[in-house]
Amino acid sequence: MGPLAQPPPHSGSQPFEERTPTARLEMTGISVAFGGVAALSDVSLAVEPGQVHGLIGPNGAGKTTLFNVACGLVRPNAGRITWRDQELRRLKPSQLSKLGISRTLQGVGLFAGLTVLENVMVGAHRHAKAGFFSALLALPTADKDDRLLRERATQALVELGAEGYAGRYPGSLPYPVQKRVALARALVADPELLLLDEPASGLAEDEMHELGELIRALSSRMSVLLVEHHMDLVMKVCDRITVLDSGKQIAAGTPAEVQADPAVTEAYLGDDVDVEADAAELAATDGGRAND
Amino acid sequence: MQQFVNVTLSGLTQGMIYSAFALALVLIWRSTRIVNFAQGSMAAATAFIALAIINAGASYWVALVVALIAGFVMGALVERIIIRPVEGGPELNAVIVTLGLFVAIQALIAIIAGSSFQSFPTPFGVRGFTIGDTTIALTPTSLYVIGSVLVVMALLVALFRFTRTGLAMRASAFGQEVARLLGVRVGRMLTLGWGLAAVVGSLSGLLIAGGGFVYPAYMDSLIVFGFVAAVLGGLDSPIGAIVGGLILGLALSYISGYVDRGSALVNVSALVILMVVLLVRPGGLFASSTARRA
Repeated sequence: MGPLAQPPPHSGSQPFEERTPTARLEMTGISVAFGGVAALSDVSLAVEPGQVHGLIGPNGAGKTTLFNVACGLVRPNAGRITWRDQELRRLKPSQLSKLGISRTLQGVGLFAGLTVLENVMVGAHRHAKAGFFSALLALPTADKDDRLLRERATQALVELGAEGYAGRYPGSLPYPVQKRVALARALVADPELLLLDEPASGLAEDEMHELGELIRALSSRMSVLLVEHHMDLVMKVCDRITVLDSGKQIAAGTPAEVQADPAVTEAYLGDDVDVEADAAELAATDGGRAND
Repeated sequence: MQQFVNVTLSGLTQGMIYSAFALALVLIWRSTRIVNFAQGSMAAATAFIALAIINAGASYWVALVVALIAGFVMGALVERIIIRPVEGGPELNAVIVTLGLFVAIQALIAIIAGSSFQSFPTPFGVRGFTIGDTTIALTPTSLYVIGSVLVVMALLVALFRFTRTGLAMRASAFGQEVARLLGVRVGRMLTLGWGLAAVVGSLSGLLIAGGGFVYPAYMDSLIVFGFVAAVLGGLDSPIGAIVGGLILGLALSYISGYVDRGSALVNVSALVILMVVLLVRPGGLFASSTARRA
C-alpha cells in the first residue's frame, strides 16, 4: 500500500476533536398514553447546547417514557421534537446515530457474544465509510475502514480506562466495567447529544464521583440528557433539571431552584423532608421502571 | 483396517455435507430464532436450476455459480417477503410458515421439472484413489466436497470475524433492539443472513446430488441429518454445527459399515442420536450457556 493510501494522520488517531456544541434538543407538549392511561401529559423540555440536563421524578413519573420518546422507541400521541432546528417526525431508533444522538440503556445492554472491543466497534458503525458490498467482499477500502473503526473503538476504551478489557467478553467483567464499556460504545459515535439512562445504578460511591466528573467533561463537546436517581450526582453535574411527577412536569430550573421548590419535595414524599434523604430512599428502590 | 479407513473416509465426506447443511440452519437460527424447515427444498430448487443450466450445455462450474447466486437471492427474498411478517411474533407461526414453504417449493419443483429421477453430474471422478494395489474410498469427488465446504466455511469465518458487515450481523443476532439503537440496519442484516445461509444450504444440496440422482424430495434425508447435526452442536454455534455434522457423518457411516444390515438402520440411528442428545444434553454438545428458550 503506497503512502497515499494511508489515512490522514488525524482522522483515525484523534476521533474526538474538541468542538463547541451547537445542537439543541427541544421537546414541546409531549403527551403519551398507553391504552388510555396517560403516561405523559403536555411535558416540555429543552436541552441547550453543551448543557447537562437532568430528568428526575419519583417512580412511575414518566422519565423513561420521555426518554424513549426522545429516541424514537415510543411515538408520542401529541407534541413535537425539534433537533438541530428541524422537527423530527416519525423518528426511528435506527436513525439516531445518524442524527448524532447516542443513548445508553438501563443496565448495560452489551452484546454477550462480542468482545468488549467489538461491542464498541458496533457503536462506531455509522462512521465507517465502506459500502455494503465492498465490506462484504472485504475489498481494500473496507479493510482500511475496518482498521480505522478498530482504532476509534480502542481510543474510546482508552478514554474510559477500559482498554485493558478489549479482548474480553462482557459477561466475564464486573458490572462497573461493563457500564464503562457501554458508555464507551455510546461515546465512540461522537454524538452531539448523549442520552444517559441511569448511568450510576450499581456503582459505588467513588465510581459515581468519577462518573460525575466524566459527564461534566463531556459537556464541553456534547449535550447530555440524564435520567438518574442519585440526587447528589444529579445536583452536582446538571445545569438544569426537569422534575416529573405522574406524567406531568412539576418543576424546572437550576439545581438550586429545583431543590428549593416545595412542589418537588412534596412530590417525592408528600411532606417537607429534604431531598438528600429522599435520594437515599430512591436509590434503595429500583425506581422509574413502571413505564418500561 | 482397510474397511475402517474406508468407512471413516466416507463418513467424513458425508459429514462435511451434513455440516454445511447444519451450518445453514444455525446461521438462520442465530439471527432470527427460526428453524428454517424450507432450507432443504430451497436447496433442491437451486440444484434443479443448476441441472437445467448443465442440460442447456453449460459447464458444471457455470451452473454451480449460478445456482449459488440463485440460492442467495432466494434466501434473501424469502426472508424479506415471507418471513419478515412473522418475525418476532409467536414462534409457532414462523415454524408453520417455513414448513408450508418446504412443501410448496417441493411441489413447485415437481410441477416444473417433473418428479422423475434425473442424474446429476459431478465434475470429478468417483473412482477411489489407489495406494499400492488397494483402492480406498477417497475419490476426487470427495476431495472436492471436503474442499469446497472448507472454503465456504473459511469465507464465512472471515466475513464474521474481520468485516464490518459481519460485525453488524453478529450484533444484530445478539441484540436486535440495541443494534438498532446503535444505527445498525438490522433488517438488512437479517436479509443478508438468510441469503448467506441459503448459499451454504444450496452448496450442500449440490454436493450431495453430485454423481447421484435428483428428484423433488431428494433433500429430505439431508434435512433430517442436517437438523440432527445442528441440534447436536447446540443449534446456536456454527462450530458446533460443523463438529456435529462430522460426528453424525462418522457415526452413521460406522453403523452402515459395521452393523449387520446397518444401511437400513441409518435413518433410525440419526433419530436415536437426536433423542439421546435431547435427553442427555438438551443444549447440545457445544452449548456455551444454558439452553435458550426456543
